[in-house]
Amino acid sequence: MSETRILEVVYRVRRFHPEKDEKPYWQEYTIQVEKGATVLDGLHRIRETTDPTLSYRYSCRMGVCGSCGMLISGKPRLACNTQIEEVLIQGNLVTVAPLPNFDVVKDLVPDLAPLFEKHRAVRPHILREGDALDPEPGTEWLQTPQELDRYVQFTYCIRCGLCMVACPTFATDPEYLGPMPLAQAYRYIADSRDGGFETRREIAGTAHGAYRCHYAGECSNVCPKGVDPARAIQLLKREFVLSYLKVIRHRGKASRSEGPIAGAERKAGVPEAPAYTIEQKPLT
Amino acid sequence: MKETRNWTWHIVAGAFIFVFLGLHMIVMHLDDVVGLFTSGVGATDWESVLGRSRMSFFAVTYVLLLGAALYHGLFGLRSILFESNVGRAWQKAINVLFWLGGLCLFAVGVFQAVTTFLHANAAVG
Ligand code: SF4
Ligand code: FES
Repeated sequence: MSETRILEVVYRVRRFHPEKDEKPYWQEYTIQVEKGATVLDGLHRIRETTDPTLSYRYSCRMGVCGSCGMLISGKPRLACNTQIEEVLIQGNLVTVAPLPNFDVVKDLVPDLAPLFEKHRAVRPHILREGDALDPEPGTEWLQTPQELDRYVQFTYCIRCGLCMVACPTFATDPEYLGPMPLAQAYRYIADSRDGGFETRREIAGTAHGAYRCHYAGECSNVCPKGVDPARAIQLLKREFVLSYLKVIRHRGKASRSEGPIAGAERKAGVPEAPAYTIEQKPLT
Repeated sequence: MKETRNWTWHIVAGAFIFVFLGLHMIVMHLDDVVGLFTSGVGATDWESVLGRSRMSFFAVTYVLLLGAALYHGLFGLRSILFESNVGRAWQKAINVLFWLGGLCLFAVGVFQAVTTFLHANAAVG
């Protein structure tokens, strides 16, 4: 039987309590963790055994919810997705600090409200003017696999904000929309069901929007989901420019199917969608 | 939309500069190799200079290149200044100043290109 290997590591953690501390300071904890433990596991160990006052944010523990972003050994990463052994510096040291470019609520908890405000500003949902958002029951918006391919990569974003932290432009211009919201603007513009191009161009085609990006590319380097926001921003600029030059025209193109798609069969084990509980009306 | 327009022309001007500055380099610095628009002598010899000055192609491209270079350069400088997060009033002032300054420089350049073209043709005629 294989033995569980135990590592002794030193966590150097950035602490700050806005109501008590004048400025942030570093605190060190020496803990023992098993091989394969994540940085988040180490923080749990500290809270359980040494210091219950340490604050940090997490939820899913599996790289899905995007809430555990931190500056780990100098790089923005998800604490639940990063093994301690990958980030040891000077032998057995791990440094953990809150995400920079945002205010700190306490210790490792950043105030991500500006991130979500910017995200909301680009209208991150399907816009169809004068049309129902949902197709009639039993029908669906038609979209080819090729049309899906245009944006599917950008739907993997979990809004963790790591890209915003890595971006040198966002660090110097708080008004800059930033990689995540811009990538999401492109995600919807590239969706053939969407008709909100003009609306989003007003928001993202500005001096503090897509044109502020200098393509440092760090956002894509740190993204834990392979979203590649730097690419999305360049594609967004291309859409804006080609549309200005009238090379392409934008409007929601996807049409509604006449009824259930002919020949489509439900896969075994996939349940029927529940019936609507309220009457469906087209939006006016 | 305004920023999209400004940025698009910044890129178009950049592409224009790339092509016509490339042509300038070929004509002026590869004259021994390519010998384009050089009247069979060196690119900076009197015959070559006079020959090019008489051509409406050069008069027009000088003007276009000047316009593109001024727009591209001044827009780039404006972007750098805007990125130091200057206030709205300063942004407006920079816009007005750069438009006025750019138009004045363009007018001087156009005057120069046109008079050179006219004098060169008069000298021959
Ligand atoms: S683009 Fe990547 S790094 Fe940025 S918020 Fe989305 S998942 Fe996080
Ligand atoms: S806890 Fe959900 S992504 Fe880390």
